[in-house]
Amino acid sequence: MPNRPQPHFPEPDTKHYWDGVKEGELRYQTCNSCNAVNFYPTAHCQACGSGSQAWKVSKGEGTVYTFSVVMQNRIPGFQELGAYAVAYVDLDEGFRMLTNVLVDGDPTTGVKIGQRVRVDYEKQDSGEYPIPVFRPM
Amino acid sequence: MSQSRQAAIAGIHEYPLRVAPGVSAMQIKAASLKAALDDAGLKWSDVDGLYDAGDGEGGGGLGLAAYLGLKPRVIDTTQVGGSSYEFHTAHALRDIAAGRVRVAVTTYGSTAASSRMAIGTGGRFGGASWQTNMEAPYGSTLISNYAMVKQRHMHQYGTTNEQLAEISVATRKHAMRNPDAVKAMTDLQFVKVDNITVADVLESRVVATPLRLLECCMVSDGGGALVIVSPEVARDIKKKPVWVIGSGEATKYRENGGDITVSAGAQSGPAAFAQAGVTPSEIDIAMIYDSFTITVATCLEDLGFCKKGEVGAFIGDGHLAFDKPGLTINTDGGGLSSNHPGMRGLFLLLEATRQLRGESTSQVNGAKLAVAHGNGGLLGATHTGGTVVLAAD
Repeated sequence: MPNRPQPHFPEPDTKHYWDGVKEGELRYQTCNSCNAVNFYPTAHCQACGSGSQAWKVSKGEGTVYTFSVVMQNRIPGFQELGAYAVAYVDLDEGFRMLTNVLVDGDPTTGVKIGQRVRVDYEKQDSGEYPIPVFRPM
Repeated sequence: MSQSRQAAIAGIHEYPLRVAPGVSAMQIKAASLKAALDDAGLKWSDVDGLYDAGDGEGGGGLGLAAYLGLKPRVIDTTQVGGSSYEFHTAHALRDIAAGRVRVAVTTYGSTAASSRMAIGTGGRFGGASWQTNMEAPYGSTLISNYAMVKQRHMHQYGTTNEQLAEISVATRKHAMRNPDAVKAMTDLQFVKVDNITVADVLESRVVATPLRLLECCMVSDGGGALVIVSPEVARDIKKKPVWVIGSGEATKYRENGGDITVSAGAQSGPAAFAQAGVTPSEIDIAMIYDSFTITVATCLEDLGFCKKGEVGAFIGDGHLAFDKPGLTINTDGGGLSSNHPGMRGLFLLLEATRQLRGESTSQVNGAKLAVAHGNGGLLGATHTGGTVVLAAD
């Protein structure tokens, strides 16, 4: 199993998000005052400052906005991966997240801007939290 | 609009060594300050404004003032990454114009190369924060972050690797004329200390697609200092004053639906030019933070030297070198080929000053107006843009 860094707690803004990941949910927020989509999770709305936010569950489908294939990373947890694709994925609900896009074969040819992708929860040796990554739909 | 004459760069110093084992960052800062004050003809005790990015040790103005032995009346510890020094210059202009400061200084020291400090090749992991919890699991290196901007820029506008390579080629040409840069590349054991071609850039190894090695800055030691003074003090300095006539500050970060090809410079640039009362087309020389080729390309567009998306055509003819007609950039050799100890923004101001004094090793004849634009942080995520417009009399 992969051995990626785990989130650290206590960290009050992102705890509910990661609890969702453990349950196979990709959670995001919308503001009860201005309806803005808020992500990464924060207790306040980054559009209007309101402290009243609703948690929603994303369908986990989105589009690759941009990406880069890291050819080599000597940091433990990543050196075992070989070349891997870091990407910004725009989820259909309107939020953008940093993630990895996993493909069969060479990521330098297998990942493309505009590609449709779906979330997958990758179990980790490093701890209890799986990591949400994306694979082509 | 007439250009204001409210504050002037009076003294500069660039620490010459890029590999300086056994020297501390604080020592580099102190030695550079002494040399910059000497350059201006000012005394240690003349300093009454201290601006610092906290690079030497923790505490910023607290620790540095005690180390240097200064008792400044204004202390500003703005730390916004590599553009901190453009922000310091902006704040010094403001404080001097308000009559709070007569002699402002900012210093920089780093032993990134000697201490093998990872400034960009690894991931960024720390303790728990809302951001690291969301990003650390993905192994996004500093280089891959910038590479994602390049990838999107090429996709969105058709910008090519060949066009962007012109930035590396022109910068290396300038570096080969700068003895400190040649020594830097030698000391840091560059494979080839010579001029490079577009083909050399395209054949260099891929670090993180689509960025190749010769599009990435070096990791060096280094530092320097900058002295900014009031018009009254400027009357008696040794060198001719270089006036700070405009500044702009901005930040940008990952936003839902945002355009990653637009940097904070799109906000800081127009603000600086408006205050200066000049337009980009009047600028003789531009020092643009070259952490990577794409940083320069994006910022040239955002500052208004060409339209967004058209930088490929703008730079594709190779005119960025000092001996070609058209806009010239980074005549000291830049971060790509002269020095990059982690926060390069200071060197942009130093080289712009040398150009406006006529002291550059790749001098643009008759240069009167310069812009220094720093980009701090991560271009494809949280970053700052600091723009300073400078003028010679």
